[in-house]
Amino acid sequence: MTVFRSIAAEFQKVFTTRMWWLLAILLVVYVLFLAGGFGAFLGWAVENPDAAENVGNTQLPPGIQLGPLLYSFASSIGYVFPVLLGALAVTGEFRHKTLTPTFLAVPHRSVVLGSKYVSELVLGAGFGVIAFATSVAGGAAALSAFGLETGLDDSDTWALIGRGVLAMALWATIGVGLGALVPNQVAAIVIVLAFTQFVEPILRLGASLNDVTAQIGQYLPGAASDALVGASFYTIASVGSSETLDWWQGGLVLLAIGAVATIIGGATTWRRDVT
Amino acid sequence: MAAGIPIEVTGLSKRFGPVTAVDDLSFTVRPGRVTGFLGPNGAGKTTTLRVLLGLVRASSGTATFGGTRYRDLPRPLETVGAALDANFHPGRTAKQHLAVYATAAGIPKSRVPAVLTMVGLSEFAGRRVGGFSLGMRQRLSLAYTLLGDPGVLVLDEPINGLDPEGIKWIRGFLQSLAKEGRTVLVSSHLLSEVQQSVDDVVIISRGRLVRSGPLSTLQIGAAPRTVVESPDPLRLAAALDQAGLEYAEEGAGFLVEEPDPGRVGHAAFVGGVELSALHQVAAGLEDSFLSLVGDGGSEGTPGIEPVRVGGEER
Repeated sequence: MTVFRSIAAEFQKVFTTRMWWLLAILLVVYVLFLAGGFGAFLGWAVENPDAAENVGNTQLPPGIQLGPLLYSFASSIGYVFPVLLGALAVTGEFRHKTLTPTFLAVPHRSVVLGSKYVSELVLGAGFGVIAFATSVAGGAAALSAFGLETGLDDSDTWALIGRGVLAMALWATIGVGLGALVPNQVAAIVIVLAFTQFVEPILRLGASLNDVTAQIGQYLPGAASDALVGASFYTIASVGSSETLDWWQGGLVLLAIGAVATIIGGATTWRRDVT
Repeated sequence: MAAGIPIEVTGLSKRFGPVTAVDDLSFTVRPGRVTGFLGPNGAGKTTTLRVLLGLVRASSGTATFGGTRYRDLPRPLETVGAALDANFHPGRTAKQHLAVYATAAGIPKSRVPAVLTMVGLSEFAGRRVGGFSLGMRQRLSLAYTLLGDPGVLVLDEPINGLDPEGIKWIRGFLQSLAKEGRTVLVSSHLLSEVQQSVDDVVIISRGRLVRSGPLSTLQIGAAPRTVVESPDPLRLAAALDQAGLEYAEEGAGFLVEEPDPGRVGHAAFVGGVELSALHQVAAGLEDSFLSLVGDGGSEGTPGIEPVRVGGEER
């Protein structure tokens, strides 16, 4: 009973501040721009193979399904937004010193953190729905404008979308774990942006150059997420080995990162004296 | 309303690294009375209250509500209402702030407008807290404590930042809460701030208990003194020296460390000095308070502890 009330309060905390819809708008704009834009480019490239040949050596792998590739932009590009949402749900309490009223209302701290984990899992899934709605709308519009297959009549495409929504949900829990480990809001945001936009892409690219490192590289959270979803622009961008985990393995990797970080954070910074 | 429960602090100590903030502190706060929790800044008041509320872990000893620790209370907000600092998420409105915690504690939504009216904030219910003045934040903190209609209220420096009208209002308000049988514990670094509204006092200094009990017992602390004035202060000073009395210059005359004006008058008579004034002054409560807590507290500004006002979004 206490747990359900605490979860409801965590949802209320998110929806009574502006951050969630600011992030949602950015997510939509970002995904629409990339999925729609890349879709239009691909459509043009397919229609004018000779001209595309001259533009930066673009060679589409044969037999690739354009639809799922475009739709997966929702998670392969948009995953930073649920991470931020989850991290801010935790760090905001430290930053605004609202832990005092929070812990007075719910004195059992693990209940509070667990409530954040659950509510962010659901909100991350919501972000996933928004992101995939955007990428499917933008991508399919671009593809059908050039008369290409959208893949939307294929149940595999919808399974991919479902796995993508799950990935976004798990990313939000990774944000919760990160926030519990790094309660400083500015530091947490810098870590999220630096890791997702810079460090991990380079690590993935670097790891893929060698067979041994490629084995390790597939456990990077971004790679695990792409494995869970089952399609990513990385699969055409990567050089060398492009080995990935099975989709369920990728899901377990994401789940483990979020859960372990949340548990460690919950046992350390979250238990400190609130002064 | 939940019943008033005594607050029991027993052998409480809290160390932050090498610093001992609270040192073997024991006292009891009774229901139906307003108790002032007094001490200079840094005496350990806030730390004690935070331990009591389960926000800071004690190094040793216990702090309970009738024997039950805060975290073990079945319905904490409906048993104890506490206001420790006036910090809020600046993006939420006053109403939203309270509604979030009403949800968390399972308190009916109807309490939110009710408590906002009680503290006089109902017209600002829909305004973002980021734009609130310190006085309005203090009132919102107080509204939070009243959400669950608790039998125990724990307020840390609730008078800080209030205007004179607000101070008058909160004094009456605390009294009325105690009259209903609630336990009311109010901390302050200035006795004069709360002396009109408290029944009992618990005075600490450097983390240790100095005195606790009804406010009336505090008055014995410092003896009354004698004020004496003369048209010829130099000769009066000589006469006081002659009689072996300790004195200090004050205004036009002297403040003599002697409760009996007769002895001072006699000294002047012996010295052949004309007097223009001779009377006894009672020691002020603040004086006896300061003498109790020692120089550790009276030095420096009895200032206002920094409170963040404004604050940025997110």
